Amino acid sequence: MSQSEESIESSSTNTASVVELEDVQKTYHVGDHTVNALIDVSLSIKKGSFWAIMGPSGSGKSTLLNVLGCLDRPTSGRYLLVGQDVSTLDDNGLSELRLRRLGFIFQSFNLIPQLTVQENIELPLFYLGENARLSAKKAIELADLVGLSDRVQHRPMELSGGQQQRVAIARSLANDPAILLADEPTGNLDSTTSTQIMQLLADLNNQGKTIVMVTHEEDIASYTSNKLYMIDGGIERIERN
Amino acid sequence: MRKSTRYITREIELGVKNLTLHGMRSLLTMLGMVFGVGSVIAMLAVGEGASKEALAQIRMLGSNNIIIHSVKPVKETGRSTVRTFMSVYGLLYDDESRIKETFESVKQTLPAKIIRKEGRVGENSLELRVVGTTSSWFDLVNRPMVAGRRLLKKDIFEHRNVVVITEFAARKLLPKNYTIGQRIRIGGSYFDVVGIIQQAHSEGTLQTPDQKNDAYIPITAMREHYGDVFTQRSAGSRIRELVELHQIIVQVKEIEKVEATAKGIETMLAYFHKNKDYRLQVPLALLRQAEATKRTFNIVLGSIAAISLLVGGIGIMNIMLASVTERTREIGIRRAIGAKRNQIIGQFLIETVVLSMAGGLIGIGLGFFIPWLITRIAGMPTEVTTISLILSLGISMAIGIIFGIYPARRAAQLDPIQALRHE
Ligand SMILES: Nc1ncnc2c1ncn2[C@@H]1O[C@H](COP(=O)(O)OP(=O)(O)OP(=O)(O)O)[C@@H](O)[C@H]1O
Ligand SMILES: [Mg+2]
Repeated sequence: MSQSEESIESSSTNTASVVELEDVQKTYHVGDHTVNALIDVSLSIKKGSFWAIMGPSGSGKSTLLNVLGCLDRPTSGRYLLVGQDVSTLDDNGLSELRLRRLGFIFQSFNLIPQLTVQENIELPLFYLGENARLSAKKAIELADLVGLSDRVQHRPMELSGGQQQRVAIARSLANDPAILLADEPTGNLDSTTSTQIMQLLADLNNQGKTIVMVTHEEDIASYTSNKLYMIDGGIERIERN
Repeated sequence: MRKSTRYITREIELGVKNLTLHGMRSLLTMLGMVFGVGSVIAMLAVGEGASKEALAQIRMLGSNNIIIHSVKPVKETGRSTVRTFMSVYGLLYDDESRIKETFESVKQTLPAKIIRKEGRVGENSLELRVVGTTSSWFDLVNRPMVAGRRLLKKDIFEHRNVVVITEFAARKLLPKNYTIGQRIRIGGSYFDVVGIIQQAHSEGTLQTPDQKNDAYIPITAMREHYGDVFTQRSAGSRIRELVELHQIIVQVKEIEKVEATAKGIETMLAYFHKNKDYRLQVPLALLRQAEATKRTFNIVLGSIAAISLLVGGIGIMNIMLASVTERTREIGIRRAIGAKRNQIIGQFLIETVVLSMAGGLIGIGLGFFIPWLITRIAGMPTEVTTISLILSLGISMAIGIIFGIYPARRAAQLDPIQALRHE
């Protein structure tokens, strides 16, 4: 019921929304088995909002995030990202969209071990074709923003988990994305570090960043303004603070 | 444009970095290329050195020339009249004039009587190869004069007792001041030295028309002083031989007609000499043969090279496939960030090409070192050709691309989500 309310509301505030999902389905075929990972998901995410996606394991949280992140295409339904219809795009188009509009933060940080902190942060700028001097300048600024300006020449292996996640956040911000997507960003961190990371994300949100985060933990979700509960591939309910 | 070059230089930088990160592994992977390219260049260098020497020798004989030698036949029949005392064989004065008159393609013929006599000046003596010939000898066997002059037409007509000796002979016979104008005794006759000519220095497999210890005298004077009967000393016994001409060099006007003329001469000589007492030497045919041998040699080398490079390429592909698996996660990260498939292909391809080119470059180093070593140790002439270097670099690059494309495409085809979940 709240689901239909949400979609009605979304169509009226179209201009301010970063994400529009309409009846999105995602079906996986494994052998002669079909898995409905997403069923009739409709959702509107406004600019500057902070969402937590919650729900039991296997309920489709990561699948939803991957669809939002243009890493996966919905089997059916419509997805508008900043007004652009994603379902019509090919692999190159999706890559381009990820490059320009999206930032990812992962549970396991996913930094490239061969590269230094600075080079990791510069990576999106490299694919954007930014020149070396400006890239370096921006990377150092971002490292400063996440409190790691004294670690730019370090390798990921030389950093703590929390520091690595900070680098990942800095990297996700390098292309100034329309939306930040985080899949259990604190899943590998202790509670103190988790709090620090959440504080950082909350700060970013306060500065206007739109963030969608998957989490299992209520206290992590409490940093957000919207909570979306999933069950069996569908939206169970949406809570707003 | 500038953006893409920057992209490529960054990728090359990154590729080199990745390769140095696994230094030992990269080095071992490159070995196939190193030895492939190294052995190709080395073998080509040895082949080139050897064939260059052979070709130079053949060219000394003159590509336009046909050289006919008198050869003592195995079985002596027919013309041998006083068989027990004297063997009669070889080219005749008539043969020379017949050749000159019969074949329109012949520019000139050069008769030569060749005997061995001792040359003597005071205390000094040297076994000379005395060549009785005409002034044309010096046109065909073109060596620079060190001093004095060549034999002239006048010398021939007037049966003059003059001689042109080689620098080598001059040094042996005229040690104090080897200048012209001195008189040397050859056999029982005296000749005035009118010229000193540079000697044939190479003593290779092929016989050049001239030799180190030559002395050239007018053929007319030769007949006058020594006649046509020569005494050969062999294995203790003396054999008397009647040979009119030991050699005729036929110079053909156009190089295209050389082989046809040689055939004609052969047919003609066969008619007049029932006893095969002559031998034709066609430098051009030898040249063609040497070139054909070189081609075959190159094909064999090329095949060996192709196989070793194939093995090297497969080695590289193997490592790159392992690298793709190892770096699946990295590929996922790059794809999530927004790298396109082609950029992933580019990244891995550049890495493979860097690997194979580095192998190729080290191989080129090896390819210079081995011939140098061969020349130093075995004294064989070698020559590293520019073309083999260019070829090696081109092939190294091609190998990198050919064997890199499959692993690179595999990397690019990975599903980003799966790749991110890897491990
Ligand atoms: N590539 C795939 N092929 C087949 N089935 C898949 C695939 N990816 C996900 N699924 C299925 O889709 C469903 C949703 O998976 P998803 O990863 O979205 O769950 P989740 O909510 O993120 O769970 P968790 O909290 O454990 O991370 C699951 O039943 C899963 O087995
Ligand atoms: Mg999940």
